[in-house]
Amino acid sequence: MRLAFREAFLAFRRAPVLSLLSITTIAFSLFAFGLFGLVALNIHDQLNQLEDRVEIRAFVVNGTTPEATSAALGDIASFPEVATVKLVSSDEALAKARSELGEFSDVFEAGILPASIDVKLKEGYRDPATVAAVAARIKNYDFVDDVRFGEEWVQKLYRIRTIATLSGAVLGLAFAGVAVIIIGSTIRMAVLARSREISIMRAVGATDGFVRMPFLIEGALKGTLGGLLALLLTWLANVLLGKFVFTAEFFGAHYAIAGVAAGALIGLLGSAFSVGRHLRAV
Amino acid sequence: MVRFTHVFKEFPRAGLALNDVSFHVGKGEFVFLTGPSGAGKSTVLKLIFLEERPSKGEVRVSGVSSATIRGRDVPRLRRKMGVVFQDFRLLEDRSVEANVAFALEVTGADASTIAPKVSRLLGQVGLASKATSLPRELSGGEQQRVAIARALANDPVVLIADEPTGNLDDRATRGIFQLLRDINASGTAVIMATHDLELIKRAECRMIEMNHGAIVFDSAERAGMGMEPDAL
Repeated sequence: MRLAFREAFLAFRRAPVLSLLSITTIAFSLFAFGLFGLVALNIHDQLNQLEDRVEIRAFVVNGTTPEATSAALGDIASFPEVATVKLVSSDEALAKARSELGEFSDVFEAGILPASIDVKLKEGYRDPATVAAVAARIKNYDFVDDVRFGEEWVQKLYRIRTIATLSGAVLGLAFAGVAVIIIGSTIRMAVLARSREISIMRAVGATDGFVRMPFLIEGALKGTLGGLLALLLTWLANVLLGKFVFTAEFFGAHYAIAGVAAGALIGLLGSAFSVGRHLRAV
Repeated sequence: MVRFTHVFKEFPRAGLALNDVSFHVGKGEFVFLTGPSGAGKSTVLKLIFLEERPSKGEVRVSGVSSATIRGRDVPRLRRKMGVVFQDFRLLEDRSVEANVAFALEVTGADASTIAPKVSRLLGQVGLASKATSLPRELSGGEQQRVAIARALANDPVVLIADEPTGNLDDRATRGIFQLLRDINASGTAVIMATHDLELIKRAECRMIEMNHGAIVFDSAERAGMGMEPDAL
């Protein structure tokens, strides 16, 4: 193992330009991935904040007895999807409307707005299907006149989120594929450059695993260095963005470590695919 | 030690390279393999080294059959063989001692045994004073001695030399040949492919001559040593 590491490090010294080239290409691939990840992360944060506002409002028919509504409140609160449930009386609705409308506050007369049951859903139950299902159940009460839950708005929100996630996954995979191909090519060049050494290794009885090991280590090292460089570039981009445009969230430690580990894995995979194929030709 | 039994080797493009080759090399023998270019000498060496497998027939090396050995066991078998090439195949950016040590390192030798063994091997090939030189600072004959020291690193039972004197002048050729004889005298079998008929004549060793992929002459058979594989 010591020899395999020495050989892998020697490869950097023997072909510094090639090594630097592969590290920077991996770094740029991961940097692009990192930038997209940053955008996705911030969209997600924004979406989560918007999502908190998803609520169902059930308008109560005038003249409904307090017993009926309070029984319904208890019922609804026991739904597994429901986080909070609150009765907004006609007077409260009027006060709220007046405060929100400012100078037009006197257009409303007392009793013009119906009382409502406002329901907030738990996190994870705010998708359009669940919201619609809960709304339908609430509508079943005789005293419920109408239910509003911003159906279109909820669906749009989710569509944006799905598109963002899918684009992230597709672009991420494409970038990872490019990085694997780049690493594969550099390893191919390294294998060809070291064909003499490999033929000697085989001639003296080195096992295939032993011959492969330095290349795998080399690929993983390049991937790790590329990952670290990409992390640095993404961080710098985030700092510049914060300074000149707007402050955005940065990845937490877990994501940063996962990013660098992904670099190492991409490097390792690129080497593994390439080394097996090209060693046979040496 | 090395036994070919009705071996045929066909390459997809080049066609038939070996045509029903049978011979046996015993422990401690010294055998020349000769013949014109394209006669099949290199193919025989590649088959001994299990770099290639026979299309038909069987090659046995140190009791292991080409028909049954698994790919992953080939490296272990190769450690019982030493190989020397015409072009030396040294690592140009490493010293003489590093080149020899390389063979021990890649086969997982105990680190503490490497330095004394390298020193002994370089002494054996007469290059103790050039341990720290780079290959390009050595003559052709000296470079081939380094390659031989490397080939001996794992104490092989058979040394395979493919035209080891092909790039050397007369004086260096005699030196390398004498070294191979000394190695042979200590019990290691040597199979040496060469074009050098003068060398073969002078040496009075067993000679197998090949042409068009077949053995056309084996001095052991003529001397009545009875090396017919079917009888072995």
